[in-house]
Parts: sequence; C-alpha cells; structure tokens
Amino acid sequence: MTFSRTTRTLALIGVAAVCLAATACGSSPGDANGKVVISINGQPPKSQAFDRKIFDQDVAAFEKAHPTIDIQPHEGFMDPKTFNAKLASGKLEDVFYVYLTDPAQLIARHQAADITSYLPSVAHYQDIQPQLRDVFSDGKGKYYGVPTANYTMGLLYNRTLFTKAGLDPNKPPKTWDDVRAAAKKIAALGNNTVGYADYSKNNQGGWHFTAWMYAMGGDVAVRSGDTWKSDFNNDKGRAALTYLHQMRWDDNSMGSRQLLQIEDVQRMMGAGQLGMYLAAPDNVPVLVNQFKGNYADYGLAAMPGGQGTLVGGEGYMLNPKATPAKIKAGLTWLQWKFLNPDRIETNLRRYVADKQPVGLPVSPVTDIWTAGPVRDRQEQLKKANATVPVRNYQPYVDGVTALKQNVEPPNAQQVYAVLDNVMQAVLTNRDADINKLLADAQAKVDAIYAQAR
Amino acid sequence: MTLLSRRAAEQIVTESPPVRQNGRLRRLVTDNLTAYGFLCAALVVFAVFSWYPIVRGVLLSFQQVDFVNAPAWVGLDNFAKLVKDPLFLVAWRNTLYFTVLALVLGFAVPFATAVVLNELRHLRAYFRLLVYLPVMLPPVVAALLWKWLYDPGPGPFNSVLRIFGLPQPAWLDSTSTAMISLVLVSTWANMGSATLIYLAALQTIRGDLYEAAELDGAGLWQRLRHVTIPQTRFVLLILLLLQIVATMQVFTEPYILTGGGPEDSTVTVLLLLYRYAFVYNDFGTASALSLLLFLVLAAFSGLYLRLTRSES
Repeated sequence: MTFSRTTRTLALIGVAAVCLAATACGSSPGDANGKVVISINGQPPKSQAFDRKIFDQDVAAFEKAHPTIDIQPHEGFMDPKTFNAKLASGKLEDVFYVYLTDPAQLIARHQAADITSYLPSVAHYQDIQPQLRDVFSDGKGKYYGVPTANYTMGLLYNRTLFTKAGLDPNKPPKTWDDVRAAAKKIAALGNNTVGYADYSKNNQGGWHFTAWMYAMGGDVAVRSGDTWKSDFNNDKGRAALTYLHQMRWDDNSMGSRQLLQIEDVQRMMGAGQLGMYLAAPDNVPVLVNQFKGNYADYGLAAMPGGQGTLVGGEGYMLNPKATPAKIKAGLTWLQWKFLNPDRIETNLRRYVADKQPVGLPVSPVTDIWTAGPVRDRQEQLKKANATVPVRNYQPYVDGVTALKQNVEPPNAQQVYAVLDNVMQAVLTNRDADINKLLADAQAKVDAIYAQAR
Repeated sequence: MTLLSRRAAEQIVTESPPVRQNGRLRRLVTDNLTAYGFLCAALVVFAVFSWYPIVRGVLLSFQQVDFVNAPAWVGLDNFAKLVKDPLFLVAWRNTLYFTVLALVLGFAVPFATAVVLNELRHLRAYFRLLVYLPVMLPPVVAALLWKWLYDPGPGPFNSVLRIFGLPQPAWLDSTSTAMISLVLVSTWANMGSATLIYLAALQTIRGDLYEAAELDGAGLWQRLRHVTIPQTRFVLLILLLLQIVATMQVFTEPYILTGGGPEDSTVTVLLLLYRYAFVYNDFGTASALSLLLFLVLAAFSGLYLRLTRSES
C-alpha cells in the first residue's frame, strides 16, 4: 500500500517534470524544415475583424511569396508592462512593435538589434522621411528599427457643432485666437457642451503640452553637448499655458471636468458634446467605430499657429537575441508589408471592397514617405479611391506641409510625466502660477536628462 | 508507575537495538511520504513564486538591468536616484496622508456599521449582503463608477448639491479634495470585508455581559464603551494593523481616477513605483523603492506578529 502511494507520488512528479520540459521546449520556435521561423507581433485582436482579416491575409500572401520564411504572428502591440518580462524570459517576438517614444530608451538599454548592415538591402528605406528614420538611430550612425506609420497632429473639430454655433465648418481656426473664439461660441451652446478639451493625465498631458510648444514654434528639449536640457520655460511655454488657462477659467469653454485622457475626450467628441481637440487623423476612425460617431460630422485642420506640429507614430524593432537569418527575414517582412509602394493599390481596393474609410490622411497607407514619386503615387491613389468626405480633411492636408515637423523629445515618457503636472495645474487651479510651474518643471526635466543613462 | 519500573522502562528503550529505531524512522517517513510530497510541492511553489521574486527584487534594487546583458551592480545608485527625485518625498507624504484618512474613515465606518448590523433584529442577512456587495465589484469597475459620480459637470453628486444650492466641489480635480475623494472610493469598496470581520467579533461577545450591563442601567453608548470595545479590542487592533499595511499599498484608485494628479497631489508610493517600472522601464530604481516600502510594511507586520503572539 505504502509502496503504491510512493509510486503514485513519483509518477506525479515525473508527469509534472515532463510537462514542464514540454512547455519549455515548445516555447522557443527555431528554424524548421529549412525555413526561417520568425515571430512577429502587431496582429490585431479578433474583435477588430476587418484589420485582423487583412493582417492574416498579408501573412498568408507573404509566406506564399517567400517560401523560406515561416511567420508566427502574435496578437498585440507594445505593452511596457510585459516587455521586459518577455525579453528576460526569451518570449519577446523576433520582430516587435514600438511607439516612436520608445526606441531611444530601448537602444540605450541594448534591447534592440543593430540592423545597420542590413538596411542597404531594404527597398524604399531611403524614401522614408529622414526624421522618422532617425528616431531609430543612436545618433552615431547605427540603426535599430524601421518606422512603419506616423501621424502629424492637427485640430480635430466637430462640423455639426461649428454650424450650430454659427461658425463656418469649412473655415476652421487657423490661429490660437481663432481657437479661443470658436471654443467660446461652442461652449455657449450650453447643455454641457465643451468648446475645447485637452488631456492632463497619464503622461498624455505632457504629450499635448509638447504639441502646444511645437505649435508655438518652440521646443521641449534641446541638445546640449552630449546630453539634453529642457527648453520650455520661456515665452512660448508661457503663451501656450496662458491660452489654456484663459480658455479654462476666463472663457469657461473647456468644461468643468479635467484630468482627461484620450478616451474621455474621444467619448465627448463621439457623443457630440465637444467642439475641438488636438489630434492626429487616426482619431477619426476611432470616433466612428468605437464611439458611434459619423464621418460627415468631423473636420480636420492643421495645427493652429502656422509654426510647427508634433510627429509621432510607430515602427518595428528586432529582438537583440535574433540570429542574422531571423533579422534578415524580419526585415523582408517589414519591407513587404509596410514599405512596399507596389501594394498600395491592392490595399486600398481591399478597404474599398469592405466599405472601410479611404481618403483619410491615415491607414491603410501611411504618411511615412518623403516628398517624391512614392508619396505622389500614394496621394493619387488615395484621392481616386476615397470613400470618406475628403474635403472635410483638406484644411489639414493643405496646412500640414507648411509646418515644422517635430518628433517627440528624448526620455519622452518621463518628461511627459513632469509636464502632466503643468497641464493639470493650469486646468484645475484658477490661481496657477505659470512662471513657477514652468520653473519647477524645468528643474525636474533637467534632472531627468542629467540622470539619463 | 513506581521509580523502579520507570527505570526499567527507560533501560528497555535505551537498550533497544538500533535496527528497530531505524525501522520506526523508515515507517515514519514512508507512512507520511504523500504528506511530505504535498509539503515539498507547496514549498517549491512558494520558493518559485514568492520567495525567489522577493530575493530577486532585493538584488535588483542594487543593480541596473537591461534583460539582455548581465545585470550590472550599481551599489546604492538606485536609492540615490530615488532620493533625488522630487516626487519621492511627495509620494511618501501622500501615501501617509491617504493611510491616515483611510484609517479614520475605513476603521470607524465599518465598525459603526457592524455595531448597527449587530443590533438589528430583522433583515440582518439582507443588510449584511448589501454592505458586502461593493467588495464583489471589480476594483476597476468601482473606480470608473465613482469617476462618473464625481464628474463635476453632469455627475450625480454635484447634480444633487446643485438642486439644494450647495457648493459643488471639484472632487478629483482639486488638490484639496482629490485625496479625500480617493479615500471615499477606497472606504466604500473595502468596508464590506472589515464590517463582516467586526460583526463576527461582535457576535462572539457573550449575551450575559450585555444583560448584566442593561440591568445596571447601561445605555447604548455605555454598552459600547464598557462591553463591546473591550471585548473586541484584539480584533480591532489586528484589523487596524492590517489596514495600515493594505492602505499603504494604494494603487488602483489614484491610477484610474487621477493618474497621480492634480499637481502630484495623489501620487502614492506604489504609483511612483509603477511609473519607474513600467513607464520608465527602470526596474532597478523601482525595486529600490519597493524594498523601502517593504521595510516599512515589514515593521508593521512585525508589530502584528508580536501582538498576535502576545495575545495567544
């Protein structure tokens, strides 16, 4: 009896050991059947049926065209909460998605593969805007990733509320004074209608303050020798905060609820209770698909002020532990999927066939290209296949090229956390001391740059 | 047993052959093998999922890691970086402020509720369920619900205050009210469990003590003061300590409702720790901060252990 119990216990331990070993073995795909197996993330979730279908079709088409490469798609995008754990445990995909705020720190921490020597063989890489390519550079001539999409921030507005408030929706605000005046008129409609809203929580306040600084012709950080220092405690920073403070407290055109983040503002816009906010064009499909908005209700203008705007976006980097064969295969996939002008028309047709929006200055064809034949061809095809009211977004398209395009500052998330505070103070405290806020934030940001390692 | 016979028995034991002792040991081991197996499994699980992460966390606080290269020892650099962070003291101050407020409310309200529930003659189970209901709500859902309640514009709280012409606070949007608003959410969400524990303690008090007090002419307050509180003193103390440990780890409410704002007035230690780990990806400094928090909480836990031991 005792013996059989012992045997059972040992058997259990044995089974557990085998299971553990099997799990460990199954977790690391290697090269099989002469094929290079690469794992990639960025596969849309099943809840986004159309995007998922497009992605899966692309994987199948790519594998057919490249029989020596086996793609293992993984759902999801960049998640800072799990990134390091995946890297440490060897579970990080060979090709992984990043926002443009991330590459600098990933490069500094050696968490991405150096792909410089592979880039000459990546077709059309040189047609990407240099400032986007530079986001993936260490500044010393080495490159660690490929930009695949970008956005340029503008002013998203509600055409219906503009009309109700007696404003011309075809002539959106061009200056910050125009924005202020329009916001006042929209807020005067009552019924909790907000003229202009801005973020101030979870680093998104800092992100938008940065956009304000660029719009004022300023900056957030400038290079100082080998390091960086803050550059917002000046007249431009004061001007930006003064506008916000006046709209919030003098005009009462920003509503009473603050500490907002992107979803809050999108919900307000989708519900038809918000007149304007700073946004990239990719917000429009979100308003329609997730917040029950209507394409005809929205218009997009270039960033007010005529000075500059913020450029952000996304790209892919490669696992620092990936073999040269995997890096090569990964870059082949990225080139085929994202940097391939020959596929623009095919992509557009799939969107049109599925009644998806075409004609917005966003996906399915992104704005990463520098001026030249690729960009021209893309614009022609978009115009020819448009399914949304393109004229609503023409003020954005017309104005954006005249603006200075600024990428996000280094150590962006840490800097944004500090600048959140500045936005919060201005939007929640009538007596906010703008000079003190800027001086305090300057000290904190300079400390961040001094400690950057 | 006589002295002689006891000596004889001892002699038998001491002179019994070693083979028999070994056999008993073997039987002891084989009879309990399954129990040891389960014990080992539990130990392995604890070691892998509890103790190893704690040890690793302590090591990390003295390291700089990129999870690609071997960790680099940086001594006390991470702690020095923390101390230089202007938010470090702010976070501790806010955490202590939250803890004090949460204890004042979170300690008194559940106890008072338990006393009232204990006094009920009818519908006690129904009200008990009602009090416990918020605990069953996922914390994120509860926080989002309160976000709506607090909305200074069309939110229900201010709408009611507006009807009566009362001042309408900015709730989460003001440095003076944000923390108190978070404490209200936390108290509402967690009071169910504490109330049930207090209620259980109250129900262990012997009825004859109350009867005697009533015969002596004691009113409700006197019964509370001379019978209820002394009889539940130990439970009250233990819950107080456990609440200190729990409230010092507040994260969900500030993360969802305020993001640490306005003007850093609700940045707590755990929120700062989260930022270091998952926003700045600086796991070394995050671990250093968690070690400091661990030491503070360990002091309270030590106190808890001491109290429970002395009571037993």
